[in-house]
Amino acid sequence: MPAHDVLIIGAGLAGQRAALAAAQNGASVAIMSKVHPVRSHSVAAAGGINAAISVDDDWRSHAYDTVKGSDFLGDQDAIEIMCSEAPQEVMHLEHMGVTFHRNEKGEMDLRAFGGASMKRTAYVADITGQALLHVLYEQLMKHHETVERYEEWFTTSLLKDDAGRCCGVIARDVRSGRMEAFDAKNVILACGGAGQAYKPTTNGLIVTGDGIAMAYRAGAPLMDMEMVQYHPTCLVETGILITEGARGEGAHLLNANGERFMEKSAPNKMELASRDVVSRAEQIEIDEGRGVGPNGAGILLDVTVVPRKRTLEALREIVNLGRDFAGVDITREPIMIRPGQHYIMGGVKTDVDGRTPIEGLYAAGEVACVSVHGGNRLGANSLLDTLIFGRRAGEHAAARAASMGRPKPDSRTRLQEDAERIDAIVARPHEGRRVSEIKAELGETMNEHAAVFRDEAGLTEARETIARLKEEAAKAWIDDRGTVFNQDVLGAIELGFMVDCAEATVLAALERKESRGAQFRTDHPERDDEQWLKHIDVTLDGEDPAHPKVSYSPVTITQWQPEERKY
Amino acid sequence: MEMMPAEAHDRREGGTQSFKLRLRRYDPESGEAPYWDEHTVELEPHRSVLEAVLQARDRFDGSIGIRCSCRQAICGSCGVRVNGEPALACHTHLDAALSSSGDGVIEIEPMGNMPVLKDLIVDMDAVHWKKVQRVTPWLLAKQPVPEREYIVSKESMVDVTQTMACIQCGACVSDCLAMEVDPGFIGPAALAKAYRFVGDPRDAEQYERLNDLAQDPQGIFDCTHCFKCVEACPKDVNPMGQIMRLRRIATSDHGIVDQNNGQRHEAAFTGLIRDYGLNHEAELLPRSYGGPSWFGKFHPAAGKELLSSLPVIVKGVLRRKVSPKLAIFGHKIPAADLKAVRTIYDKVEGREQRYELNLYIAGEDEQPEPAIVAAPEGESVAESSPEGSNR
Repeated sequence: MPAHDVLIIGAGLAGQRAALAAAQNGASVAIMSKVHPVRSHSVAAAGGINAAISVDDDWRSHAYDTVKGSDFLGDQDAIEIMCSEAPQEVMHLEHMGVTFHRNEKGEMDLRAFGGASMKRTAYVADITGQALLHVLYEQLMKHHETVERYEEWFTTSLLKDDAGRCCGVIARDVRSGRMEAFDAKNVILACGGAGQAYKPTTNGLIVTGDGIAMAYRAGAPLMDMEMVQYHPTCLVETGILITEGARGEGAHLLNANGERFMEKSAPNKMELASRDVVSRAEQIEIDEGRGVGPNGAGILLDVTVVPRKRTLEALREIVNLGRDFAGVDITREPIMIRPGQHYIMGGVKTDVDGRTPIEGLYAAGEVACVSVHGGNRLGANSLLDTLIFGRRAGEHAAARAASMGRPKPDSRTRLQEDAERIDAIVARPHEGRRVSEIKAELGETMNEHAAVFRDEAGLTEARETIARLKEEAAKAWIDDRGTVFNQDVLGAIELGFMVDCAEATVLAALERKESRGAQFRTDHPERDDEQWLKHIDVTLDGEDPAHPKVSYSPVTITQWQPEERKY
Repeated sequence: MEMMPAEAHDRREGGTQSFKLRLRRYDPESGEAPYWDEHTVELEPHRSVLEAVLQARDRFDGSIGIRCSCRQAICGSCGVRVNGEPALACHTHLDAALSSSGDGVIEIEPMGNMPVLKDLIVDMDAVHWKKVQRVTPWLLAKQPVPEREYIVSKESMVDVTQTMACIQCGACVSDCLAMEVDPGFIGPAALAKAYRFVGDPRDAEQYERLNDLAQDPQGIFDCTHCFKCVEACPKDVNPMGQIMRLRRIATSDHGIVDQNNGQRHEAAFTGLIRDYGLNHEAELLPRSYGGPSWFGKFHPAAGKELLSSLPVIVKGVLRRKVSPKLAIFGHKIPAADLKAVRTIYDKVEGREQRYELNLYIAGEDEQPEPAIVAAPEGESVAESSPEGSNR
């Protein structure tokens, strides 16, 4: 049976950074991912990574912008750590080989981004996530002797010992269908968000909330799950993301009358207000009949105001996306966009070292909620979050591993259970619904009721629908009876994960009776610091899994008192 | 079915049409040979082949195997062959696929040059990733590492970003003709990856990398210049172009003379065209071994190679592909034309710095003024960075 000091689930930026950090600190490390690491969804992050590296900048300014962006729900101790460690981390990445864009002096160039008080976003054209991910993977190849890789292994559940400590996972080799128990002194979840619970979403098909749901089932609290980010610029038809870098380079948003409507809601920052603000402003234009295109469901993003050479050099990827996925040359004409589900601020509750309340279980990246993003994440802070807290989790887990003996979980029973569970899915009779139908209904329900604007009636309806879908998902049938690359059966397991995430999101959104950050309740349109300046935690009670428990935890405030948010 | 203008106007409301797919299926557990499987899907013509495959999977047969995730040509998972040509399924429109299909059925197969694991899923580890690991795919940073970032030119970073943009999808590997003949060839994707370090001014071992790739019989001189990878690449990485740049930096900047005779062969080619205006096949071989001098013809290796090529030469003459006169005396072009050829040589070779085209900067081919960047400096050229080492 494979055994490691630190086992990382997920090989995007957070996971790979954690693996490198843990290995550097002397731990025996393995990293496991259901896809090849470079397919991880970090690859799609386009715009850049924030760090106060300019001589005129100060990390406190970055931290304040982040606190304000979070609508004061972010924990300020964690934000201080993230922003103060950012410059060093970005330099480290540069030294590793990331091909950051330079200015005329040969120093790293910085671009403007939403919600930031100055230019502080380092970038590689508009493929920053890809460049970072591929460079980290270069390092994994370099350190292949100290970091073992399980590529295309699907984790089915977390192992706990009698004392309730996490001490490994059960996983399935996607290639062969073989099930295996992995012992580990520490497990770091780094397997991303749950965007596929929404339809449409900017997220890849693999982003199915696996880590969030596995931790939830293991009894870990989920925090800020109601905070779901809608990105302001997604292609109307497919939901494909157009980077915020476009607006960072100066692009405008226009309604059907050709007006730059951001004047109304963010007279100073205009298009570069924080994402929740811009998405809401767009949705209002659409809802009030000033949208463009079919059903007036779109807004125009005008990149033609950016010099053409600059667009071709620094926004090349979206030039291609516009051409290939919308048939539009963005250097010549505006492109139709709308808000679309993009990111979940919430996740498995952790401290600043990535520790969850379950001993031995860590989480970092989108799967986790530290919380540095609070009610709304700033663009280009997610890459930073993955790297800073991935590294910190890796370091902490390695240190913990050094001071403990090898745990002895009863992994054989659990292995058996999971294998039987999968066999049962494969053997289900063709009654009820297909996985794909349930998934589509789940996504549409979330996009209708748990989107930019929400209210009690819609959320209640969503909760009931999800409860029904949960039952249906437990009986959903599949076609593939094989073992080699049985993606069908994995899809059924993923559906279960997504339903769990959606359940927590809707529950928390119903609970928060105010409007803050990405949560806008039309029936409670004001922010209410007196009642709701606190995190909502959702925990699955082992005794009564049908009724998850809702509780609160305080927001950590260090130096910035809540104030009215204006852009 | 023609798309009505009204439907075209409102794509979300209608405008779907039927597309027939013919999928190459293979179930390794069945003990049976691969077979064709047909499905009909309903989608708008500008939707992707991936969406079509996924619709077939969602509606008719969940066992169809295909790797995919992002749906926007960035994760590199869904490399396949569409109507025989390598492509990303998510990056190929249905209408385009329909018009390139032979019989109105869009044919989707796994990529080539890699073993098939199931249906459209191939074993990239066994081929692609093994080759990537061959090129020491990480930065060997110049020492000492600066406190802040390395100071390097803006152009150099944008230049290597073109190869950084490779998404490792395998489309170029799938149809590499040289690899088909010589499976050991390092290949287009891995060599493009090599350029990403060779072209990076922060890397300390440009010479060592190039020497290694030039001396390897399956390295940079194994490429046969067929352009397949350039056509296949969905991200404009231009792998063959990167291989040619590796050759130019190896030979022109570092003077690396490789044991595969690659450098001399290229020198012979360019020399012959300067001399004759066209390639002179009979001279090519001797010069490739013995250099441009008249005595070079008698280089023993050239004789050996000539001897082994005799059957081909004889066949060529018999089939009138070559006339004996042309074979011996070479092509003759008008003196004015030859002069024009030499003017081109003088102009290009007379430049202080070699120019390299970089699509990433220039944008599309039809751009009126493609941007041109100076060739990255060889390591012999001192970096202007204050902490630049002597290596």
